[in-house]
Amino acid sequence: MWPGVLPDWITGFTVQAILVAIFCIGIWLWFANKQTVVPSKKQFLGELGYNLIRNTIARDVLAENFRPYLPYLLALASFVIVNNLCGEFFLFMFPTTAKIGYVYGLALLSWILYNSVGIRKYGFFGYLKHSTMPAGVPGPLYILIIPLEFLSNIIVRPVTLALRLFGNMFAGHLVVLVVVLGGTLLIENGMKSNLGLVAAGVGSFLFSFAIFALELLVACIQAYIFTILTAQYVSSSLAEEH
Amino acid sequence: MIPLDIAITGSINLIGYALATLGPALGVAWIFASVINGTARQPEARGAMMGTAFIGFAVVEALAIFALALFFVVL
Repeated sequence: MWPGVLPDWITGFTVQAILVAIFCIGIWLWFANKQTVVPSKKQFLGELGYNLIRNTIARDVLAENFRPYLPYLLALASFVIVNNLCGEFFLFMFPTTAKIGYVYGLALLSWILYNSVGIRKYGFFGYLKHSTMPAGVPGPLYILIIPLEFLSNIIVRPVTLALRLFGNMFAGHLVVLVVVLGGTLLIENGMKSNLGLVAAGVGSFLFSFAIFALELLVACIQAYIFTILTAQYVSSSLAEEH
Repeated sequence: MIPLDIAITGSINLIGYALATLGPALGVAWIFASVINGTARQPEARGAMMGTAFIGFAVVEALAIFALALFFVVL
């Protein structure tokens, strides 16, 4: 945006991510403002969203000691879902998470969280042993198991976490683009000579509504999966056995 | 047929990616089919099954995600 006025790294997407973050903070402050024992409509709505994260993600996955991680999970879920839904709503029409840098940042945060939680509980070498040496494996197999587990638990996890979200949002947005632009192209070219092409273009436009509905679903599901996998990774680096 | 002034360009990698998604697709389908089966048989075990299912889902889908990464990287 505005070359020369602001530094180069402030692009439209940075502004969008910052606005989304402000929106998330604002809406949770608004929900938490003036709480009463008998909830108002606003507080009821806020508690609905909060309970969804608390009960189905944090408490189910992290069992009894879920409380310290709940603020992070709630912030992560609301930030990711609003960023994803930016792709389907006016004003932005582009999911921030379809730019790969933002998902790398989010995955890095989760990576730091689940590793530091494990290191705090077991110590550095204790955590490495805990996460790369599952119990009950016969001795010689550790030659094979340790590199594989290290690769899978420390390196691959954040990469797949990031790429899953990026891939889904990017591909979904691309499909919408293909259907809508294809429809436009068919109608424009069919107007002169071929009415069959116009019919195909109109069909393509109608189909784009179905794709949009699918994208709304995918945006919510991916935010849910991102959060639940983060919780799962935290829970597996805290787990007692294995 | 269509008088359009466009040419289709692209990478044959896409076909490789398409093939690579078949296995993870079956795997993910199988994992969640098993969870549905298990929930139908014993609804109270749903929480425990979902935890394992999401770990397995992440591992299985990693293969498709590697293919996506290689699809972009390998030219």
